[in-house]
Amino acid sequence: MLTARALGHAYGNRQVLRGVDLDLAQGEVVGLGGASGSGKTTLCRILAGQLIPDQGEVLLDGGKLLAASPGQPAPVQYAHQSPELAVDPRWTVGRILANGTAPDPEVLTALGIREDWTDRRPMQLSGGELARVSLARLFHTGLRVLICDEITAQLDAIEQERLMRALIELAGRRKVALLLVSHSSALRSRFCRKSLVLDHQDHR
Amino acid sequence: MTLRIENLAVSFPTGPVLEGVSLSLDCGEVVGLTGTSGAGKSIVAEALVGALPPDATRTGRITIADVPVGPRTVALVPQRLDALDPLATVGSQIQRFAQLADRPIDVPGALASVGLPSQTARLYPHELSGGMARRVLLATALATGADWIVADEPTVGLDTAAATRVLSLLADLAAAGRGVIVISHDVPGLVGIASRIVILRQGRQVETALAEAFSGAGTALRDAFSRALWNAQLASDTQC
Repeated sequence: MLTARALGHAYGNRQVLRGVDLDLAQGEVVGLGGASGSGKTTLCRILAGQLIPDQGEVLLDGGKLLAASPGQPAPVQYAHQSPELAVDPRWTVGRILANGTAPDPEVLTALGIREDWTDRRPMQLSGGELARVSLARLFHTGLRVLICDEITAQLDAIEQERLMRALIELAGRRKVALLLVSHSSALRSRFCRKSLVLDHQDHR
Repeated sequence: MTLRIENLAVSFPTGPVLEGVSLSLDCGEVVGLTGTSGAGKSIVAEALVGALPPDATRTGRITIADVPVGPRTVALVPQRLDALDPLATVGSQIQRFAQLADRPIDVPGALASVGLPSQTARLYPHELSGGMARRVLLATALATGADWIVADEPTVGLDTAAATRVLSLLADLAAAGRGVIVISHDVPGLVGIASRIVILRQGRQVETALAEAFSGAGTALRDAFSRALWNAQLASDTQC
């Protein structure tokens, strides 16, 4: 379904990705690991169509990724590792969740989004709560691939387990493929059938 | 010298978020603060540095040597990466914090102390990886030269080696005489550097335990939730 071939990318003279291949099938859960600065976030942004690679290409069902348009969110979504950078600090949670498409009650329940957060602003949520809001807004009906960049890093161990299980169950029901980025090899081996680990190609 | 938080409570118009939190921290000591997501850990940090949101109401005392804590006495390493100014280079941001404290600063040295190369100084926040940005936030807090530091989730997004380096750096700061509070979900990481660990759950302090209590199945922990949290962490770190 989502295929990346021979991806390469550099920032100035710093080569952060070289010859990266990745295949994600429908409903599959794949891990992505690697040291800090090894290019995980760069790869995620390329896969989500947010960054054009210097080399290689990303195909969805054999075709090029299409840009999102009004009323038609992109089929590949990227959950940012710092959710505070993915939301407008002036918006309420209710408005954030309704941005793009109407909030889906099944998604809100599965991800534990509480109704009393509706009138709060991002600053009034904890890091873990904001991570769940950030995830929920990406689960639209046309979603095919969800890239989760260290989304549980700000959660305690009990919540981490709960959110991962809820997310995987929800994605499975909707046949959404998940790319789980995590430094934790234990987390990847527990939830992912296979993992891609990036080498530290250039110290950033 | 001792920093004391006594019966700290914080509420917003929507209701209380923190109740009855008390802890003490000596110079040269690391105290850990952990608990559930949304338990109010970052609120404790914001109260310590006087940066609570304007609609927050705070009661209780925060003192150092029995004197209420003043502005810029405690340096914060914030959890949120949006604390970095997107329009300023890393080097100028570190300099800005040093100037606020009226101190000279060696920017390459400050970067090296958190394990970053000197070239990082000329980068803007959007050019940093998540792990690099966390270390820059730590460097800005250190640039103030404050004797008291509260680091809010300083290892989120770092690989094991980088996280170990940051925790060792915080332990070294304490060994050099500073008082350090580290807020983290990484309980084993806290156990490695802290003398005591405070556990919060839903705005309440359920336990303050010696780091040694976090071992084996956690039977030395008094509170059932503390034990559950410790065992869940052990399970998530070891299951494959």
